[in-house]
Amino acid sequence: MALSGLQIYKLLPKTNCKDCGYPTCLAFAMKLAAKQASLDDCPHVSAEAKEALSAASAPPIRLVKVGTGAREFQVGNETVMFRHEKTFFHHPGLALRVKDTEDAGAVAEKVKMVNDYSVERVGIEMTFNAIAIENASGDPGTYADAVKAVRSQTALPFVLMSDDVDALKAALDVEGDHKPVLYAATVDNWEAMAGLAKGKQVSLAVRSQDGLDELADLATKLGDAGVEALVLDPGSRDLGESLAQVTQLRRLALKKNLRLLGHPIIAFAGEVADTEEGEIVATTQFIAKYAGIIVMDRFDPAVAYPLLTLRLNIYTDPQKPISVDPGIYDFNNPTADSPLMTTTNFSLTYFSVAGELDGSGIPSWLLICDAEGMSVLTAWAAGKFDAETIAKAVKTFNAGDKLSHKKIILPGHVAVLSGELEEELPGWEILVGPREAVDLPAYLKQL
Amino acid sequence: MPVTVEIPKERWTGSIREVTLGATAEQGGTRAKTVTVGGETTLPFLHFEGEMPHTPIVGIEVQDSYPADWSPVLLAAWGDVLNDPAAWAKKAEEIGADVIMLKVRGADADGNATSPEQAAAVIQSVLQATGLPIIVRGPGQAELDNKLLVAVAEAAPGERLALGLCEDKNYRTIVAAALAHDHLVVASSPIDVNLAKQLNILISDMRLPLERVLMDPTTGALGYGIEYSYSVMERLRVAALTGDGMTQQPMVCFVGEESWRQKESRTAEGVPAEWGDIEKRGITWEIATATALLESGADIVVLRHPETVDVVHETISKLMAH
Repeated sequence: MALSGLQIYKLLPKTNCKDCGYPTCLAFAMKLAAKQASLDDCPHVSAEAKEALSAASAPPIRLVKVGTGAREFQVGNETVMFRHEKTFFHHPGLALRVKDTEDAGAVAEKVKMVNDYSVERVGIEMTFNAIAIENASGDPGTYADAVKAVRSQTALPFVLMSDDVDALKAALDVEGDHKPVLYAATVDNWEAMAGLAKGKQVSLAVRSQDGLDELADLATKLGDAGVEALVLDPGSRDLGESLAQVTQLRRLALKKNLRLLGHPIIAFAGEVADTEEGEIVATTQFIAKYAGIIVMDRFDPAVAYPLLTLRLNIYTDPQKPISVDPGIYDFNNPTADSPLMTTTNFSLTYFSVAGELDGSGIPSWLLICDAEGMSVLTAWAAGKFDAETIAKAVKTFNAGDKLSHKKIILPGHVAVLSGELEEELPGWEILVGPREAVDLPAYLKQL
Repeated sequence: MPVTVEIPKERWTGSIREVTLGATAEQGGTRAKTVTVGGETTLPFLHFEGEMPHTPIVGIEVQDSYPADWSPVLLAAWGDVLNDPAAWAKKAEEIGADVIMLKVRGADADGNATSPEQAAAVIQSVLQATGLPIIVRGPGQAELDNKLLVAVAEAAPGERLALGLCEDKNYRTIVAAALAHDHLVVASSPIDVNLAKQLNILISDMRLPLERVLMDPTTGALGYGIEYSYSVMERLRVAALTGDGMTQQPMVCFVGEESWRQKESRTAEGVPAEWGDIEKRGITWEIATATALLESGADIVVLRHPETVDVVHETISKLMAH
């Protein structure tokens, strides 16, 4: 069971030495209880205490690192069933699967597409995370050649897929130190797989063919054999049954503290569906519901962009909307005569407006107010984007100094603020712009 | 020694109310069939834990006049029927709608304001064209909604239409119309558990039975606030299952309207190459929005693109099979 802050405090040195970076042992204990600190930060903790605490303070779902270098990603370490309870922490890694039976040129083309794909949203670059390479040929030599070839084309981490230990061993020999995930240990091969994963210090996926009992059984055996970093495949390829399984796994880890199943989950969207649309549906479900690695069989930018957007949305911290810094932003080299607009610091709002202003070619200024990261209407309803906020921003950022005129354009949705803003900003003329960013270029042209 | 994992089940004490849309001739209406949603005793599709007696359903949006402002992808998919709400509704029924969502715009494509008489005429023609239950929405401005929706309610007595949007600004008028002419309401609140709850209380205080109230917690599309809708719906559903009686309404999400509103689903030119093909992108946008919201508790998803309708139907039937 997880310990409370006070229970943890009793096991700490109680010297308040601050070596951990927190002002008191109690403060550190509270952070440990909230899983926001690591016991390793305390250099003075006794061995017995360490054992008692590390058992209790280990994250309920283990963190697994995949790959190395700039493209390394981490999954797991989740602490809640619902994102509104806190947040979801680690974006599930999206992988595209290729097979060693495919034409090498076709594989190279797919790998290049995934490797190069990067799309920006609200100032964040979104990418796929991995390539899964399946040993469909059944031949270790063919497989090793395929893995070697793909490694020469990308730095993305790999999921190496084969039930044949010899094939994975051959692949690992050419893959070197890039920390792939091995997929997968099963009832038939787990001992040899455990030896391989342990020897090479890589994470090992475990696949059940018969539900959670078999999964737990295998996970126990692999743990006993000394493999620490596991990734779980509970086995079902049915959309509804998968939802049940991943929900049960997350509950077992978080609510029952079942450590042996407290590992990230790998899901195969392409195996759940036999159409592209079905794969979109399955990936959507796995992003929302609890997968750590999602393997897809198809790649198309028109699908990747919406799915990466969904992942960004679902994994946004509900307490901290993505926002930009308040201030004055310039577009297309504005002068003192250029128009000044204002809006909130919600990222999506900013980037929607910025995109239109930039694209219009019209020189302009944009004053971003601190509305606690909310959109125009939400912030207005919450009293965070009112005449006072705007007037304060005008003064704080000395907007008047940049201009030869005293005119400010409000978003159309808050036209109602015009009167109050005139009172807050004596001498300024308040104009009302369009409601939607997309109509800004036309509005500015007729201004 | 074989390991046995005890499947963790929540012991929920509450359930979602059952709400029936439409009325057959026997029940005082003219619908060929009625459709019931709600009744869940667990979170979406967790059949190992509780019941989902009614399958979530798909609505298709029909408008009373040509939607010139729609994405070109949608205009091409539907073609000529967009000029005639009756033909459009009939087509929607053919391609698999469980209910029709008729949106009465405030004005036609040329800017002529819609009169209450016109609103009454259009509901009558749609009622004749289809045997499906109907959700009717006004333009979304409280005063205009009142005028048009009251006319619609009067023109279709006993049909058990779902009238919306019924918001804190205008609920008195809409609820009164539903009471007087035997309809339902779509109680709409801005992405907030407490506001949703409060509106249900106000509606219930007017003596409209909660068996005639659908809840619209406000849909945010993918990329445009879906995470807020997703979480508010999960919170409402958890509250409902925990026994909070004023959150136990089936939820309706206007997925099509929100998914096809923005640049990503409308613009083919002048966007980054990484966005890919406009048609596939737009449809994916709608599929992903619908799927995520079904997984967070939607009982009705109202869609726009015919292809999405097929995919969502198949998704629901897969998730209901057990």
